Amino acid sequence: MLSLYDGALNVSSILAQWYEEEAQSNYGAYIPFVGTVRSEDGIEGLSFDIYEPILESWFSEWEQKAKERGAIVKMAHSRGDVMLHESSYIAAVFSPKRRVALELIDEFVEDFKASAPIWKYDLKDGKRIYALERSTAISGSGLLAKGDK
Amino acid sequence: MVTVEFLGPINKPNMELDIDNLNELALVLQDDATMSEWLKNCAVAVNNTMVSSLETPLKSGDKISLLPPVCGG
Repeated sequence: MLSLYDGALNVSSILAQWYEEEAQSNYGAYIPFVGTVRSEDGIEGLSFDIYEPILESWFSEWEQKAKERGAIVKMAHSRGDVMLHESSYIAAVFSPKRRVALELIDEFVEDFKASAPIWKYDLKDGKRIYALERSTAISGSGLLAKGDK
Repeated sequence: MVTVEFLGPINKPNMELDIDNLNELALVLQDDATMSEWLKNCAVAVNNTMVSSLETPLKSGDKISLLPPVCGG
């Protein structure tokens, strides 16, 4: 399940909702990851652009990978502005046993960082500044650049 | 005619082009000074599927997306 919200995530509500959804599904492990906006470099918050069609296909592939291991993944992310100490990202894995969930949450969150079509901006001095230096070029980038034949 | 869209921070309006493959798109965008830095770090999708070959054929109505470096979470 992929859920996108305008602004900050309501962490306790989302975690509780996911718990309730799977309470009777016979999963022995529920491992959530909650990402919170930290105070650093004088930012007031972060802001996000999301390209939903590709995010949805990326997420569907992960749903399939999880299913092959008897698990499910859920994810929530913010669009737009999220201020300090608020949450912009929650991911979770449910699986029958802990090992699959522990491994899968690691793989899922790392691939999310490297591949999910989401762009981050620092909110600073009233400006929205693309966080290029903290961003990762998607695998295969540079295809259209000169000399890449 | 295909549509080219520039996602996230690139901040450039869509283009409509009459081209048959990504090689032709590369030539068009390499002539665009505003795109020279972005081309080095952008990935490319055709109809929402990531592609890795300049020979990728295009047909009328296709949507090509340029994706700059990402950072979700």
